[in-house]
Amino acid sequence: MIAPEFFYAAVIVMIGAFLALLRVFFGPSVPDRVVGVDTLNTLIVAGMVLLGAAYDRTIYIDIAIVYALLSYVGTLAIAKYLQGGLE
Amino acid sequence: MSAVTYVIYAFLTINIVFNLLGSFSLHRFPDVYTRLHGATKCTTFGTIFAVLAVVVHAAYQLHLTGDPKYLQMALHSLVALIALLLTNPTGAHAIAKAAHLSGYKPAKAVIDAYEDKLRGGAE
Repeated sequence: MIAPEFFYAAVIVMIGAFLALLRVFFGPSVPDRVVGVDTLNTLIVAGMVLLGAAYDRTIYIDIAIVYALLSYVGTLAIAKYLQGGLE
Repeated sequence: MSAVTYVIYAFLTINIVFNLLGSFSLHRFPDVYTRLHGATKCTTFGTIFAVLAVVVHAAYQLHLTGDPKYLQMALHSLVALIALLLTNPTGAHAIAKAAHLSGYKPAKAVIDAYEDKLRGGAE
């Protein structure tokens, strides 16, 4: 472990991701759960970039790029399904 | 500790504060739209500063060691930041529009301008 400050920052960001996961579990409506998943994706990208700096591995940051783009496609697909098809 | 270390600590602190504020705002707001507003704005701003901290760290290590893998780390972090900045607001907009079209109304709202626009009324 090269830089421990990035590791502890990633741990605290993951605590925030756990709070977003609680909204996914206990959300009273479907859009609440989608908002929770969207927040979770953003926090996971931040945590992956911080872990890539902490462990000195650039490949984690590349995976964060791909995760950001794929989670965007997933969010758009869920939103289109929720509003009742393509219009 | 050099001045660059203090800059990295300041950026990481801003990142932690705003990401935790975004997570708490999911639990402290009454309906979908206010939760989306708080969570998306705060986590986007916090993630900008996380990536900036990584870029400053990588640039400092590149200055110290001259290893080209730190240049790669900084550039790929900036690509991740650009991808997140382009996709996060458009995803939030799509979620809000889909929630309104599927019948979830804003709680405690007096004026719903999008509902008036859908009915063909005046702006």
